[in-house]
Amino acid sequence: MASHIFRAIVAKMGSADHIEKALERWAKGLFGPKSRIEALKRLSGGASQETWAFEVSGVGTSRRLILRRAPGGVAMARSSEAVSLATEAALLAAAATAGVPVPAVLGVSDPGTDLGEAFIMERIDGETLGRKILRDDAYAPARPVLAAQCGRALAGIHAADLASLPALPHSNGLDQINKYEAIYRAFDLPRPVFELALAWLKANPPAPQPAVLVHGDFRLGNLIVAPEGLASVLDWELAHVGDPREDIAWICVNSWRFGQIENRVGGFGDLDSLLDAYAEAGGVRFDTRQIDWWETLGSLKWGIMCMIMYEAFRSGADASVERAAIGRRVSETEIDLLNLLEKVS
Amino acid sequence: MHDAPSPAELISAVKSFIDDTAAPQLTGHAAFYARVASNVLSTLLREIEQRPAAEAEELAGLKALLGTQAGDSIQSLNRTLCEQLRTGSMSISTPGLLEHLKTTTIAQLSIDQPQYSGLKAARAPRS
Repeated sequence: MASHIFRAIVAKMGSADHIEKALERWAKGLFGPKSRIEALKRLSGGASQETWAFEVSGVGTSRRLILRRAPGGVAMARSSEAVSLATEAALLAAAATAGVPVPAVLGVSDPGTDLGEAFIMERIDGETLGRKILRDDAYAPARPVLAAQCGRALAGIHAADLASLPALPHSNGLDQINKYEAIYRAFDLPRPVFELALAWLKANPPAPQPAVLVHGDFRLGNLIVAPEGLASVLDWELAHVGDPREDIAWICVNSWRFGQIENRVGGFGDLDSLLDAYAEAGGVRFDTRQIDWWETLGSLKWGIMCMIMYEAFRSGADASVERAAIGRRVSETEIDLLNLLEKVS
Repeated sequence: MHDAPSPAELISAVKSFIDDTAAPQLTGHAAFYARVASNVLSTLLREIEQRPAAEAEELAGLKALLGTQAGDSIQSLNRTLCEQLRTGSMSISTPGLLEHLKTTTIAQLSIDQPQYSGLKAARAPRS
């Protein structure tokens, strides 16, 4: 393993300068010898993923692109359930074929190369911040059409041919209950509302659906929205094979409505608009009540994810005030769970 | 012991320093963390003001629900409640359960995140 770690250190030492040189070699191969890399800028510093914006000039109209890269070019920090970057790139290509709006993938780089494990895609204009999409005047034309556009995009994702995709994790509702229950119990911080939600979910499982490609994190924050509506579906690293209702319900979880609780889909739309468009595009016509179970599981999962982030503080791994404070957001999901359980009981 | 300044007065003074002096001089991540820190102090002020009454109500609710005697702590009663829900001795249809959990969670959220949209919805009468 020593060489593995050594490679990681070398890649990190290179940082921006190293990446720029590796990108330039890649661009010359694809666009021609006059290619130059400009405006290379780190966009986010996620633990599991680096995202860089850059431009390729000297090739006529300059190309605005995005690099997604494992930290230091080596996939050692990605969580166990996240798919590899190569798989993510393959899913983007499959989604494009299915008519889902996604950025075109221009290149995939393997581990051990100059660039390390990474892929390059086009940069899409638009907004990802939920509050801006829900409140800014610029996105007023997008809001009334977004629920139906999300329904069509999800129908496309769920219709993807599983046999032609790379190997993906399988995870249905009961798998997820078991996984998150084990994490919650290990913290030994008992919360009666979570116990009630766990017991209710186990006692009322919905009839299973044929397994499909599930995006796994389909919500505002991971969607690029332009003034005219949905421009791109991003962040495929939690993709898996599972139940189509998981994706439909996740964007309904109140934590992703950014205060606009009255609009069940992402704070912008109503669920029937999404479900109608989903069915018109070839999906099953689900009833809104069939989404309740999955939305309840979604709120429970987000609550336990907030506990995981607080645990990073409690364990001493991350002493930031932000990690401490998120422990006081778990009660948001508890009230959402009670509002949902009151509706179904 | 002295209580002047009180804990609430001390916290308010630190919060004013963050909001009025420190935060305006910060940018980027540091400005974000300053805002989080200020919000944490607001939570603490609500905690000092609201927790004693909220805990008294929670304790009374737990005792009514579980029918236990005096002397049990909120922590041990909540563990018992969790255990009964886990084993199925209590469920969503247990009389008084949802009401107790809702009252307790509304009180918790009124301290933690009083602006949260789900809190307003929970307080609204059922339609």
